[in-house]
Amino acid sequence: MSGSNPDTDTSQTSSEHGGKAVLEGRGLTRTYRMGEVDVHALRGVDFSLLEGEFLVLVGASGSGKSTLMNILGGLDRPTEGTVRFRDKDLSRANDRQLTEFRRLHVGFVFQFYNLMPSLTARENVALVTEIARDPLSPAEALDMVGLGHRLDHFPSQLSGGEQQRVAVARAIAKRPEILLCDEPTGALDYRSGVVVLEVIERVNAELGTSTAVITHNAPISEMANRVVLLHDGQVDEIRVNESRTPASDIRW
Amino acid sequence: MAMRPSTLNSKLLRDIRERWAQLSTIGFVVAAGIAAFVSLQATFQSLEQSRDAYYDVYRFGDVFATLERAPDGVAERLEEIPGVTLVHPRLVAPVRIPLQIDGAAASRQPPIGQVVGLPPDGEPALNGVLLLEGRRVEAGRADEALLLEPFAERTGIAPGDTIPVVMEGRLREIRITGIAAAPEFVYPAPPGQAVVPDDERFAVLWMDRQAVAPAFQMEGAFNDVVLRLSPSAVERQVLAEVDRVLEPYGGRGAMGRDRQRSNYFLEMRLDQLQALSGFVPILFLGVAAFLLNLVLSRLVKLQRGEIAALKALGYRDREIGGYYLKLTLLVVVLGTFVGLGAGAWMGRGLTGFFTSFFRLPLLEYSVPFSVVGPAFLVAAVFGLLGAFATLRGILRLSPAEAMRPEPPERYRPTILERLGVGHLFGPPGRMILRELGRRPVRLLLSSLGIALALGIIVVGRFSADAWDVILDRHYQQAYLEDVSVTLTGPVDARGIREVAALPGVVRAEGVRVTSARIHAGLRWRDVPIYGYREGDQLRRLMDAEGAVLPTPSGGMVLTETLAEILEVGIGDSVQVQFREGRAQTRGVVVTGTVDEMFGLQGHMRILELNHHLGEGPAVNTLILTVDEGSMAPLQARLAQMPVVQEVTEKMAEVRRVDELTAEPQRFLVLILSFFGSVIAVGVVYNNARVALSVRSRDLASLRVLGFTRREISGILLGEQAVQVALAIPAGLVLGRVFTGLLMRTLDPEEYRLPLMVSLETYAFATTVVVAAALVSALLVRRRLDHLDLIGVLKTRE
Repeated sequence: MSGSNPDTDTSQTSSEHGGKAVLEGRGLTRTYRMGEVDVHALRGVDFSLLEGEFLVLVGASGSGKSTLMNILGGLDRPTEGTVRFRDKDLSRANDRQLTEFRRLHVGFVFQFYNLMPSLTARENVALVTEIARDPLSPAEALDMVGLGHRLDHFPSQLSGGEQQRVAVARAIAKRPEILLCDEPTGALDYRSGVVVLEVIERVNAELGTSTAVITHNAPISEMANRVVLLHDGQVDEIRVNESRTPASDIRW
Repeated sequence: MAMRPSTLNSKLLRDIRERWAQLSTIGFVVAAGIAAFVSLQATFQSLEQSRDAYYDVYRFGDVFATLERAPDGVAERLEEIPGVTLVHPRLVAPVRIPLQIDGAAASRQPPIGQVVGLPPDGEPALNGVLLLEGRRVEAGRADEALLLEPFAERTGIAPGDTIPVVMEGRLREIRITGIAAAPEFVYPAPPGQAVVPDDERFAVLWMDRQAVAPAFQMEGAFNDVVLRLSPSAVERQVLAEVDRVLEPYGGRGAMGRDRQRSNYFLEMRLDQLQALSGFVPILFLGVAAFLLNLVLSRLVKLQRGEIAALKALGYRDREIGGYYLKLTLLVVVLGTFVGLGAGAWMGRGLTGFFTSFFRLPLLEYSVPFSVVGPAFLVAAVFGLLGAFATLRGILRLSPAEAMRPEPPERYRPTILERLGVGHLFGPPGRMILRELGRRPVRLLLSSLGIALALGIIVVGRFSADAWDVILDRHYQQAYLEDVSVTLTGPVDARGIREVAALPGVVRAEGVRVTSARIHAGLRWRDVPIYGYREGDQLRRLMDAEGAVLPTPSGGMVLTETLAEILEVGIGDSVQVQFREGRAQTRGVVVTGTVDEMFGLQGHMRILELNHHLGEGPAVNTLILTVDEGSMAPLQARLAQMPVVQEVTEKMAEVRRVDELTAEPQRFLVLILSFFGSVIAVGVVYNNARVALSVRSRDLASLRVLGFTRREISGILLGEQAVQVALAIPAGLVLGRVFTGLLMRTLDPEEYRLPLMVSLETYAFATTVVVAAALVSALLVRRRLDHLDLIGVLKTRE
């Protein structure tokens, strides 16, 4: 929609959130050796997630968006380039430091929920609140995702959408600075997907958590403050939405 | 039809190549079970066959008797006894060997010598001699002898050496021409009542009978006879007949092989080995079968998607089943072959150890292939059960359903939580509990496997514990002397005073020991009878509980087991057929029974015993306490006294018993600890591997959420820890049960050990099992460090 510039430094793009970057990557490349060929998943990406913003990262499968999120979330290290979380350099962090980063600062939501089947909804959340510094109570977190009435159900007793909302509650219960959601609606039907997006939207608004949602589902980008389009391992376009569409109005 | 199986076959080959590491783990479990089975069975069978062959080739007799002296002509009367096919009369006589032996204090006990006469050609008709080194003795030479191997080995005496031998009080120099072994001395147990016969103290000299007979006034006479029976002979009847014939000649009671001392001890040890060789392998196979079941069912589960795809392509259930049948059988067959090879190799080593330990010439080594069939079947059946139970579940689903990922496993709160103690556990603790609670049978079997491992380690140390009790009771509490001196014959009070006056002797007491046959109706036993002086302090009559009994009077106290065998009680009268003095048969009243730990004995007041023997006050064993530091010179003085037959220093004997029992003990502890560890490692490692495979996605998710490696290791290995923790008390109880079972293989007429398992043994077994579990846990933990964190986020399972 708005002017595209592949070389734009996203951190300079201001928004109403003051423009201070929580997470910032510069010149990120990531090369995998797959059998006998090198796969260039990222080819020099500059990226930032600003304080309190709702960012949607859109791209087709294979565009490198998951690789980028893995690097930003401290699950992987870039082949070249730097990642900073506030004033910490994550690209040089060792395994222990990355674990600490994920443990204290990042909330993850995945396509397949990744809940512990042997724990109830409340316990899946407690799993994280027990190792966090200033968490919400599991009941509060589950209340926030609208599951206050299903605290003691096991994953096998919950629908897919409910399981994903437990995953969101688990991600936000530690009051993370960053919420990273990788295809959160990918395994859900439309109705459940919208409910999950509404929950994420509310968390962003009420807790002020800087949120990045990764999706190949373009309509979801209408929810965002900013949209980053990724194509073939590079940033194709960055766009600021003048007005955001509420999740409940999104159709796909 | 021909095409499809062949494509499946190529898939089979490729799958095997791809999964060889996992498949070889399964194969190894089978191999370990089969190897344990085969090696122990082979060892036991080979030992039995070697013994049988040795007995056969060297003509070990069936019946043995000793007597005072009988003219050679009496042997013909023995030949006439129905059932007797061969009679070998011979000369067997005790001698003294005044040889100072160097070595550790424990083994410095003076030798116990025995001459065994040989026919002129050196080849006895029965109880043959195996010449190991040197040459035979020349006919007619009274100064040449063959020497029994263990004694030669210990003293370093070699062919060509000369040793001093005192025969009937006359010192002679005897040249050793060769070193020999014999079936009657496989376990060279010298005559006497030692707790453990001291094989290396026993110097058997084979000499030309005719040449040496004059030294013992035995020309034209014999005092020992060996008989061979026909297969149809009734041993009991023959024994009675032999006793009847020899009675006028001072016969001391004939016995069959079962009471021949060497054979008796050999049998006892073989029985224990047999118990182990039957029991341990079954344990192994059982555990192997369980693990095979566990691992194969997991393998099939992992291939759910592939199975569904094959079904979707139109493969029939039978064809897919055939694929897993081949896979399972292939692994089991290869495992069996490897186990067979390893077992045959291990069995040879074990057999070698035991034949040298038992001093049996290794004549036969054979692998009992007949046991392999059942072992293979057990492995195959359990493997197939594991694979097919899971396969059936998958095949029942429609292909579309089976191709979809599995729904989340169903869990529920465990009993602990429903009891309201759930809040004691955090979410990770609950994960562990619910995981275990979901598979109670597996938890039970795993814990049982580990408990069995622990139990067999306890069994390994059982004899150590038993001997500790014996040594303490017998040598520390019942026998308070420092030295016991066996005399060549009875002496009166003057004899005691003479020894008491020797420098270094603090206190001297006397005991009268004689051997006799006690009858009660048709039942009888040959036992030693001890006579004690009232008021003496150095020997105490003590029961198994450690209580000291008063000196008997007005009759005889019998070992409880002896009273049971004879079916007599207090107040009953028994007939005692004495062999010494006037060799009379006297009626004696049983005044009590005593629960002793080993042997069958009678105990009475010394004056009563002297009276029955028709002698005045007399003793034939002196027991002394000795000043510290005077032991060596006193022993030297005693050895020079003509009335002294044998001197035994108590502490030296204690050390010797320790030594004698230590080696087989160490070996048993080592081998059973090894087997126990293998079982524990097998169970814990395979369980943890399967758990890791089932739960790697959960664990990786936790890592992504910020859990450290240590925390997720705690969750995975916590399950294993719970299994081990449950197994420990069960294993200790099982150990006690197994020990009791093993003790049943001990002859109750010889040993009645208290069932005691020491705390050290429990601690040792627990330590070994926990260590084995930790090693397995570490092996699996290394894999946890390489979890694929990103992969699990993109797949459902």
